[in-house]
Amino acid sequence: MPFSVKLIDGSVGRSVDPKAEAAVQMIDVHKWYGEFHVLRDINLSIRRGERIVICGPSGSGKSTMIRCINRLEEHQKGRIIVDGTELTNDLKRIDEVRREVGMVFQHFNLFPHLTVLENCTLASIWVKKMRKKEAEEVAMHYLTRVKIPEQANKYPGQLSGGQQQRVAIARSLCMSPKIMLFDEPTSALDPEMVKEVLDTMVGLADEGMTMLCVTHEMGFARQVADRVIFMDYGQIVEMNTPDEFFRNPQHERTRLFLSQILH
Amino acid sequence: MTTASNLPLEPIADAGDNAVLALRPPARRKAPIAQVLFGTIGNTLLTLATAAILLAAVPRLIQWGILDSIWTATDGSACREASGACWAFLRAKFRQILFGIYPPDQQWRPLLAVTMLFCVILYSLPPRNWDRFLVFLWCIAVACFLVLMQGGVLGLTLVPTAYWGGLPVTLILAVSALGIGFPFGVILALGRRSALPVPRILSVGLIEVIRGLPLVSLLFMSSIMLPIMLPEGLTIDKLARAGVALTIFSAAYLAEVVRGGLQAIPEGQAEAARALGLSWVDTIRQVILPQALQKVIPPLTNTVIVMVKNTALVLVVGLFDLLSSGKAALADPSWPSPFAETYLFIAMIYFVICFGISRYSLYLERRAAAGQVR
Repeated sequence: MPFSVKLIDGSVGRSVDPKAEAAVQMIDVHKWYGEFHVLRDINLSIRRGERIVICGPSGSGKSTMIRCINRLEEHQKGRIIVDGTELTNDLKRIDEVRREVGMVFQHFNLFPHLTVLENCTLASIWVKKMRKKEAEEVAMHYLTRVKIPEQANKYPGQLSGGQQQRVAIARSLCMSPKIMLFDEPTSALDPEMVKEVLDTMVGLADEGMTMLCVTHEMGFARQVADRVIFMDYGQIVEMNTPDEFFRNPQHERTRLFLSQILH
Repeated sequence: MTTASNLPLEPIADAGDNAVLALRPPARRKAPIAQVLFGTIGNTLLTLATAAILLAAVPRLIQWGILDSIWTATDGSACREASGACWAFLRAKFRQILFGIYPPDQQWRPLLAVTMLFCVILYSLPPRNWDRFLVFLWCIAVACFLVLMQGGVLGLTLVPTAYWGGLPVTLILAVSALGIGFPFGVILALGRRSALPVPRILSVGLIEVIRGLPLVSLLFMSSIMLPIMLPEGLTIDKLARAGVALTIFSAAYLAEVVRGGLQAIPEGQAEAARALGLSWVDTIRQVILPQALQKVIPPLTNTVIVMVKNTALVLVVGLFDLLSSGKAALADPSWPSPFAETYLFIAMIYFVICFGISRYSLYLERRAAAGQVR
């Protein structure tokens, strides 16, 4: 049943169907850092199970855009609807959305004072109010899936970068998110560790997870993406299937960017 | 090209063509002691100067402290004639130094109270005991302490706080100043870093005002001005007033130490916690504070030790802590007022407590460093 939602500016907007197929909908989204217009008129609709790769030069607003989806950044204009819930200043709704949306960061952001297992059970115990034993079973399940169950009792600092990033992915998966956001997940890794993280992400994509990945791994984009988005100056410049995107880029800026990263 | 044969050390592992050349590090040479002491002109001069000072001081100290000292005496006359230390005074007066003017026939009560407090402190040391039960245990322990000391119930005779003195006063002041001051300090530190203006301004204001005042003036204010400000008929105990002043003072200082730790935690930690759906309180409690506090163990220890010793300042408002009880004991005219001996004894008690805190903090640091190679 449709219901009306309150917009950021307090007015009542048009009704949104919670059963709509869109996993994420961004409508006329703008954001400023002070005077700096970092997101300009973003319109994006992502279907459930869709895999999106976002690329663009540094400072183009790609990280900011996906960070708006789980409200790590606040947009100032427009609407963002995640899994039928509109992001407003209602803190309860933001928490609801964050439970549905997992995020993996460039610098892993594991909790260094907790073991790998404790990193993975923390949110289950404190957010989902799961019993410790149950949470540990869930954690071990996902640690096995990212192929590092044997590291469960180590601290993050004792692991390699690639292992840490896989723990970070497992930590997100423990909350059984419907959507996963990846913010340059391989940029801080040594070259020989990029593959193990990408393989984990390909595995996730194969299982039908809705994914938004900010990455410059164009091989990954070709292999799994349904759509590739190119951003520059806070705008979505071009959006296309990977085939078309790489073979036949429409915009001059996209061609220039691709020529710089594909040698 | 360098081959194994012309290296100064033999390879210790050799596994054929693909051998990994593994060498032992060269042995560390230890400088002979004579070279350490007399190796250079500067060192020689320092060694001779130190030796001269030791030769002058140590024999006199032994003469005073051991050879010429009086260990047993029933009154001060023997001490008056001797030129050495009057340790007999401590034997005669240690109860008064430790417990002040608490009624002598009731002094088993402070003894029991202090022993109980020390036991709870010892139980609190291992981090694996840090849970809800510990908070409960502390509440019970402090309640028992107050009942034991104050009396007036359970057939115990009433002993007003004016008669309390010595170690129990020092301990309860230190425990409340730190135990209550610490959570307040954390709240002040979080408030100071808050994006919301009201908590931030309140925290900054309180911290800066308290830090801008000497503790002595704060004690005077709580002791003299608080009763004037309170409505007629309502009085707060003098000991409690001093406790409040010490608590506020330590909270302000602890807040700044904790804030230092909070600032050292990268923004990504809070972001990761929030992205997982953790509430603000859980983010602070489970992710930020444990890391922040681990980072500030050394300055935290510093503040704790300073606060334990700061309790001695309550003597300016007429309370008898350990130090002022010692001073009071010295006033007995039948003894020749052995200041040095008494202060040495009190210093020893403070040292044992503060050194203990210091060693404990080192243990915590090592434990924190153990798993987390970063």
